[in-house]
Amino acid sequence: MKILVSVKRVIDYNVKVRVKADHSAVDLTNVKMSMNPFCEIAVEEAIRLKEKGVADEVVVVSVGSKSCQETLRTALALGADRAIQVEAEDGLDSLSVAKLLAAVAKEEAADLIILGKQSIDSDNNQTGQMVAALLDYPQATFASEVIIENGEAKVTRETDGGLQTLCVTLPAVVTTDLRLNEPRFASLPNIMKAKRKPLDVKTLSDLGVEVGCNVSVVSVTPPPERAGGIKVGSVAELVEKLKNEAKVIS
Amino acid sequence: MSVLVIAEHDNKSLKPATLNTVMAATQIDADVHVLIAGFECQTVVEQAAKVAGVTKVLIADNEVYEHQLAENISKLIVDVAAEYSHIAAPATTTGKNTMPRVAALLNVSQLSDVIKVESPDTFVRPIYAGNAIATVKTTDAVKVLTVRITGFDAVAAEGGSAERQVLSQVISADKSRFVSEQLAESDRPELTSASVIISGGRGMGSGDNFKLLEGVADKLGAAIGASRAAVDAGFVPNDLQVGQTGKTVAPDLYIAVGISGAIQHLAGMKGSKVIVAINKDEDAPIFQVADYGLVADLFDAIPELESSL
Repeated sequence: MKILVSVKRVIDYNVKVRVKADHSAVDLTNVKMSMNPFCEIAVEEAIRLKEKGVADEVVVVSVGSKSCQETLRTALALGADRAIQVEAEDGLDSLSVAKLLAAVAKEEAADLIILGKQSIDSDNNQTGQMVAALLDYPQATFASEVIIENGEAKVTRETDGGLQTLCVTLPAVVTTDLRLNEPRFASLPNIMKAKRKPLDVKTLSDLGVEVGCNVSVVSVTPPPERAGGIKVGSVAELVEKLKNEAKVIS
Repeated sequence: MSVLVIAEHDNKSLKPATLNTVMAATQIDADVHVLIAGFECQTVVEQAAKVAGVTKVLIADNEVYEHQLAENISKLIVDVAAEYSHIAAPATTTGKNTMPRVAALLNVSQLSDVIKVESPDTFVRPIYAGNAIATVKTTDAVKVLTVRITGFDAVAAEGGSAERQVLSQVISADKSRFVSEQLAESDRPELTSASVIISGGRGMGSGDNFKLLEGVADKLGAAIGASRAAVDAGFVPNDLQVGQTGKTVAPDLYIAVGISGAIQHLAGMKGSKVIVAINKDEDAPIFQVADYGLVADLFDAIPELESSL
């Protein structure tokens, strides 16, 4: 079985973002970038499935400029077998990315496609579902457990009310939630080895996909600042303030 | 053109999230229809028909829709989409699961987690864990959106009298099947709609210590929440998690106990009206957003808080 995992290069999750002064976007110059945390979990899950003997090959793919090759090398160092960079501008919308990933998945004849449930920059939570729709594959989103058996994926999903278990027929799309696994760290020898693993570059025309988006950004602004609060000295003072000043309890 | 709202329900009752989504829809256009796809969901239909501002209820009541699987519900929505300029669902796990599939089938973009309607084609949504607010304009023929519940007030649950239309399409999801469900049982208010929330973090130390919060929650009629650290440590189940990857809440009062205030947690609760932080580390980032901060050991402060309420 072949697993395709998509990874995205995003601003590191610990960075405090700054909005550009002209309100056109978030400032990404000289900011630390990393693999999206949900994508790390997706890579880890694919590697675990390979270690269990369920999968024979793990292919990682990323859509974006040359700099996302760095993210792909990270995935190779973690244990993926080979990588594909789809050369495109950074920050494409989810539907365009989904079209490109669907084209790669078809070309690779992947049996399982694993993605993170959302990227921590655009916070869209769309791409996996869109890939599944474009390929007419079933989907299991927000997965916290994945078991592959009898040509099906049995997936436990995190929902608002608790947990739900679904069975989806392969080929299928799974998106990962944070609790699916604990990603490993790449060791130095593995990082060195990853440099020799194959990394193909494909263009939009190789894949025969045209991208375009009807959504334009009007402005990006910082969120309203919360006014600085006060520190109270005791529980009694806290209760008094909540009752008489904030009036949120009676 | 009208707006189609996808109802959030569990086949027994209409969930409050639907009322907030109808509010967003009425800000787009006055003609708001609600689609109810489910099984034996007659009471949901009755409730939806009475919601203020709803002019029509579309009903797809069939066994195949019982668990609201994305594979067939998305096709059902696409089947009726030609009648609508906008299709909106609450940004719950159900809405997030289905709507991108609808958008892709219609070959349009989706706008996630909309917090404000500027005009029928311009919407506001948070990005980067709520650390930036984007205003976006779409020229797609059909605008597909999910609505952040805490961004909009609920419309009145009573007062409307919508006409009803039964949909005949029966679309089965042959590649996906429901196996089981494990729902967390609770008598407390639902986290996303509670007016008071008390949340615990890593500082709680153990799952047993969460019982300390229950006393306060009982007195305030509050829901109990948690940070990711508390969920990962196994103190409480994941459906209590507040944050970028959990639930977004905006109660009148949010009490953060033993929570440091990481960016990802703040993303889920920064919209609260009044924030209280109880933490023994006076440098914890949570104090930067708290209206009232108390530097104290929670094991002393929480019992004292309970007895003084």
